[in-house]
Amino acid sequence: MMSPTQWDLPPELCCRPMAFVALTGLDVTYNAIHRAIWDAFCANRRADRVPISFKVLPGDHEYPKCRTKRTSYEWYIPKGILKTGWMNKHLNLVPALLVLFYELDWDDAVWKEKQSECATKVEIVRTSLQGRNTKVAVVLIQKKTPLPPGEDLVASERAASLCNACDLSGKSLFVLPHTDHLVGYIIRLENAFYEHAQTYYYTEIRRVKSHKEFLNKTTHQLLFVRHQFKIAFFSELKQDTQNSLKYYRTAYSLVHELRTHETNMLEIKTMAGFINYKICRLCFQHNTPLDAIAQFRKHIDLCKKKIGSAELAFEHTAWMSKQFQSFGDLFDEAIKLGLTAIQTQNPGFYYQQAAYYAQERKQQATHLCAHEASVSYPTPDHLETPSGALDFYGQRAWRQGHQSIDPPHMEKEKGGILALQMKEKDVPHSELIIALLSNAVAQFKKYKCPRMKSHLMVQMGEEYNHAKDYTKALKLLDYVMCDYRTERWWSLLTSILSTALRCSYLMAHVKDYITYSMELVGRASTLREEQKSRIEKNLIKVLMNEVPEAEPDCDQASAKAAQALWSDRMSLAGSNEFTIEVQDYVPFVQCKAKFLSPSFHVDDPVQLHVYLRADCPHPVRFSKLCVSLSNQEYNQLCVVEEPCKSQDILEASSQENMCLVPGKTRIYSFKFVAKTEDVGKKIEITAVDLMLGSDNGRCVFLNWRGGGGDAASSHEALLAARSFKSRGRVPEQHVEWDTVSIQASTMIISRIPKISVQLSHEPPALNNEMYRITVSIQSNEETVTKDVKLTAGLKPGQDANLTQSTHVTLNGLEMCDESHPALLPDIAIGDLQPGEKVEKYLYVRCVTTGARIFLFHVAYALSTKVEGKDITCKCHKDEIVTIETVVPFEVAVKFVSTKFEHLDRVYVDIPFLLMTDILSASPWPLRLVTSQLQLAPTMAAMDQPQSQVEQVVLQTGECASECFSLQCPPVLNGMSSVASGQYLISWKRKSWSADAPVVTTVATLPHVMVETIPLYVHAELPSFGRVRESMPVRYHIQNRTGLVQDVEMSVEPSDAFMFSGLKQVRLRILPGAEQEMLYNFYPLMAGYQNLPQLNIGLLRFPAVSGQLLRRFLPSRIFVKPQGRQADDASIAAA
Amino acid sequence: MAVCIAVIAKENYPLYIRSVPIQNELKFHYTVHTSLDVVEEKISAVGKAMADQRELYLGLLYPTEDYKVYGYVTNSKVKFVIVVDSSNTSLRDNEIRSMFRKLHNSFTDVMCNPFYNPGDTIQSKAFDSMVTAMMVQAS
Repeated sequence: MMSPTQWDLPPELCCRPMAFVALTGLDVTYNAIHRAIWDAFCANRRADRVPISFKVLPGDHEYPKCRTKRTSYEWYIPKGILKTGWMNKHLNLVPALLVLFYELDWDDAVWKEKQSECATKVEIVRTSLQGRNTKVAVVLIQKKTPLPPGEDLVASERAASLCNACDLSGKSLFVLPHTDHLVGYIIRLENAFYEHAQTYYYTEIRRVKSHKEFLNKTTHQLLFVRHQFKIAFFSELKQDTQNSLKYYRTAYSLVHELRTHETNMLEIKTMAGFINYKICRLCFQHNTPLDAIAQFRKHIDLCKKKIGSAELAFEHTAWMSKQFQSFGDLFDEAIKLGLTAIQTQNPGFYYQQAAYYAQERKQQATHLCAHEASVSYPTPDHLETPSGALDFYGQRAWRQGHQSIDPPHMEKEKGGILALQMKEKDVPHSELIIALLSNAVAQFKKYKCPRMKSHLMVQMGEEYNHAKDYTKALKLLDYVMCDYRTERWWSLLTSILSTALRCSYLMAHVKDYITYSMELVGRASTLREEQKSRIEKNLIKVLMNEVPEAEPDCDQASAKAAQALWSDRMSLAGSNEFTIEVQDYVPFVQCKAKFLSPSFHVDDPVQLHVYLRADCPHPVRFSKLCVSLSNQEYNQLCVVEEPCKSQDILEASSQENMCLVPGKTRIYSFKFVAKTEDVGKKIEITAVDLMLGSDNGRCVFLNWRGGGGDAASSHEALLAARSFKSRGRVPEQHVEWDTVSIQASTMIISRIPKISVQLSHEPPALNNEMYRITVSIQSNEETVTKDVKLTAGLKPGQDANLTQSTHVTLNGLEMCDESHPALLPDIAIGDLQPGEKVEKYLYVRCVTTGARIFLFHVAYALSTKVEGKDITCKCHKDEIVTIETVVPFEVAVKFVSTKFEHLDRVYVDIPFLLMTDILSASPWPLRLVTSQLQLAPTMAAMDQPQSQVEQVVLQTGECASECFSLQCPPVLNGMSSVASGQYLISWKRKSWSADAPVVTTVATLPHVMVETIPLYVHAELPSFGRVRESMPVRYHIQNRTGLVQDVEMSVEPSDAFMFSGLKQVRLRILPGAEQEMLYNFYPLMAGYQNLPQLNIGLLRFPAVSGQLLRRFLPSRIFVKPQGRQADDASIAAA
Repeated sequence: MAVCIAVIAKENYPLYIRSVPIQNELKFHYTVHTSLDVVEEKISAVGKAMADQRELYLGLLYPTEDYKVYGYVTNSKVKFVIVVDSSNTSLRDNEIRSMFRKLHNSFTDVMCNPFYNPGDTIQSKAFDSMVTAMMVQAS
């Protein structure tokens, strides 16, 4: 009876009660039709089908006997609260409805016989259910589809007769045609069955309720609970969960009203647990989880103190644990069905509490069941019952049905308790605890409680430790340790480490043992000094390949086994070298490594310090310290080694170099000369290794990745930086540990060059010129500099277009073109003696304007001595200069008429002037070598154009102008835009020598509009007139068309002139011919005077106005006053 | 009165932890440590924008069978945790609040000490005696 599952809730309590309907008369093994009917009943029972549990029973099945009904409770004393078989009886044994299946068609040939056979079968089942209220129904399996009701007269008649014969109501007779729509018929049938079952459970509830009036409160207290429970259970079967919940609640309060004493405590708690389970379950089902939680809390508060017999206290904790566990299960199940839980209210807490009680149970069990070996299991076994099971839930096997306060038989009572205690001894407590904890872990993981999870995992680890499963324990502890380490909860870390150390000791796991010891004696440990001292001594023993002393709290047997294991380890050769990566721990030796400078010149030795400090209680000796660098060739230069004899470890004297005194910082410095190949490279400390122990004992390498530091050091460094103490003065020679910072890498940079590079030039550069830059290189070295090379030109990494538009050459005599590069690499200069100076000219041609950065890089090699070692260093020096390129001058071009009037268009065959202005924009004087006009075919020069600016020197802001007389040949259609050609200017800086190349700048002349005119007029008149002195003016009128032109001409009078000639005339000019008109103007006034206006009208071309033609004619003339001499002359003439 | 009082740094390591009875110290340490789960969740639940108006007192973090754990977070994210015996029903929310206020004031005094290095464990006698006054007197 006393099995590990004694505390488990019975399955009939935990299931969802469903109406029980028994089917008989079906032969499901041999009859295919019956099989199909049965399958239709049980297959696919989804939530939309009515909740019924079906069972096929043979026709002569025996149902539980019904006891004779009690008519009075007057002398009845109940023996317990609830019989163990009761729930199962109503779930699985006593049907609410019994359905008899019978194959019979309405038109059966032997109807009479069949009817009586059916009646007999009904009679048989009725008899076997005597005393029960179970309903009986008959289902006729028919081959034919029935006619609609009322139409088949035979059917209704025979149905009535069958009901009569079987003593059935019409509602209990059903017809099941075996046709295609079987499932549909079955669903209708089961709905009808469900109604019958409901009625049955209703009557059962009424029946139980009716007992109440016979009960009295003194002797029948137990029955009150029993009846309420039964009503509630029947209600559940009836699927009336609301009422069911109400009845269970009443039952729950009744159960706590019972008088409790040691003998019935277990029974009361068991029943309270059952009812509580039902209530919580229904609350979750009704989606009122808060009610469920409140009920459970109330339940726990009420039952927590009901311990019962002190000798069986473990029973109480076992029961409590189970209460929490089953509530956790219910909660979890509800969540799976859609309930949402939160961080502070989730099943995890209940599993955790269940685990807590399981731990309590274990403790009580070890305390209460610590019988001496001589005590044996009592005979006869008081836990055995005649039936093998208890009659009532929660009773004692040796006094079933006993309800008085005192146990009836003291001797039996003692035996029973002893038997229970003996049984408890065999319970695998640790397994139970671990299972509960891991349930809780899974929940807390889900609800974002990482720390709670870690805590539970620690508990699991400890439980595994108790269960002597050290491997699993270590796995769990190792997993969570780093969480506590990173969160810096040292007290908790220390406790976990102590457990882990014990486990590794008991397994004789050397590496783990060393690792845990290392941290436990270190600064993160909160252990007391004497404990640290003990652990350190053990650690030294392990390093000397001896057996360490047992950890405290180990039981004798385990410690003995561990000693043997350690001895085995000792004799095992090899595997005595361990490397422990201490970076992620807080080991008892701290290490910081630093390069003294973030960069070293290749001709200076690289200096490296390693700081070590021990935090353990006793001095510690090491045998080797080595630093690994990214270039492994240096590693051999960074080693301190001192092979120590094993006995030295014990008497480590603090004076020695290889000994770390607790709390004192030791510095080990290394110095090496970097290789010239490493120039420009980074040297990193990849690891620092400290070897403890010796080759002939065990040796342990503490390995720090990078420049040292451990899990705690970065935070310590941060605090130290913030601390006011760091600003305090520290005595010389004394290194404050916290102020040492790790510098794990350094750059090897080239030697400082002792060479001067000077640039001289005249900025800015002018566009397209060969700009000269003089580079002077002077060696200030003390020895010969070899292989000097100059790289000069455009600094790489600028705009790509600049590379295309910049050309560099060393030859200044000819213009360079596209084929020249933008950068000249490695121009060999040769060796330079100390103090020697060379100059190089570099010519740069910039095709576009803008700023450019030029690089002058001088590289050379030099032999030197560092730390007595000859090395050849490569040195280099860079000079960078930014040069702006500007245009040398601006060229402006304009078209003017021969009268120097601005022209926006020119006329065919009529001469005009092209004027060019060269405005110097250069800050340096420019010499214009020559200029040249390259005319387009659409333009013609009037004469041979010669440069008018040859050898002109322009200072800044000065302007040189030229003027060319041009005319346009006829164009095809009256008007078009034509190209003019190019203007070439050849120039150089004035300062340049004659052999320097001449720069030619090309200016493209603008396009101009050319127009043909039909008539051309030009005047021939003197350059000035004189008052009262006649002057002849001749107008030439040319017809430029192929037609005869009628021209009307008139001269308007003017105040300033008198004139003679034709005042108004109409003439005819032949194609290409010219007409000449002569006038004599006689000026009347001095000064600039408007000439009498000549109006010309073309009769054929009214569009050509006089306005246009007037442009070709002078409008004014300067009239000089009469001179004295002239005066005289005129007088004389008069 | 409290059975355990703890001050936790912004980075979640303990600055100060005191509990009665001494023999069960470790259990209280675990209780305080696990309560940080809830504290972190509560802080992160308050939106960043609302952080300024956040109430410092977090209320009951979670009830265990035996203890009630209350939390309080200062604006600089230093956490105070007070553990009270579940059976002690006389303590109301208001009293817990005033305990936290006292604790906060005393902590401010500690921080104002120019010789106190922020981030170090608290070793102030004044703070100690204030905490002792709030603790259940071991009888």
